[in-house]
Amino acid sequence: MQLQYEVVDNTLIVKFDGELDHHVAKDIRTEIDETIDRQRVKNLIFDLNNMSFMDSSGIGVIIGRYKHINKLGGKVSVIHTTAKIDKIFTLAGLYNIIDKHKNKNEALNCM
Amino acid sequence: MKYKNYMKIEFDSRSQNEAFARVVVAAFASQLDPTIEEIADVKTAVSEAVTNAIIHGYEDSMGLVTVICKINDNKLEIIVEDSGQGIDDIKQAREPLFTSKPELERSGMGFTVMETFMDEIEVYSEPKKGTTIKMVKKFKSLNAE
Repeated sequence: MQLQYEVVDNTLIVKFDGELDHHVAKDIRTEIDETIDRQRVKNLIFDLNNMSFMDSSGIGVIIGRYKHINKLGGKVSVIHTTAKIDKIFTLAGLYNIIDKHKNKNEALNCM
Repeated sequence: MKYKNYMKIEFDSRSQNEAFARVVVAAFASQLDPTIEEIADVKTAVSEAVTNAIIHGYEDSMGLVTVICKINDNKLEIIVEDSGQGIDDIKQAREPLFTSKPELERSGMGFTVMETFMDEIEVYSEPKKGTTIKMVKKFKSLNAE
């Protein structure tokens, strides 16, 4: 799993490339949390275009980051979800706390 | 005539093997001419069962996880076994959002994912002896023939 970051104003965009399972979850969450703090951002966008796999360990990672951002008073959204990732997000009820948008610009406009 | 096939793998309870297990099962299932969605469902369910064996069955100790696959016509049966500490209360473990390890950011959705993505699931467990999860997926793509 590789992560790429982009900061636009006070929003951090995290681009996932690879598989998100229990094996990588711990490193991923530490890395994202440190980046949120270091960049002093308020909002978070997950770009899942290149996420090839996610199981319930990923749900834990997403909810954990939502809690972090929520404490900072920010918003979390997700862009470029594929059908299989969508299925997990819907099952876990993640769209009750996270907005889904088509692309980066649409997500940034709603922050 | 009935089509049958069988395979069994065994590996250390290392988290690196979660990806290994789901890729092996997906490759074995490919002979059933699955749709992309069916393969994704199977990979996710296997990942959940194997992760449970590693995190909950063996916790921090090392043990062996066994994955058995049986094909019967368009049905794939997947058995994931560990000889770890077992589950005290299976009913509670299967409840959505229940987790015995909230400090690890576990979502408690593992069994819910397995139940949703597979057609059948049975859980057998005995404290201090281990856990066996048996799941069945019926592949629709072969029904058309």
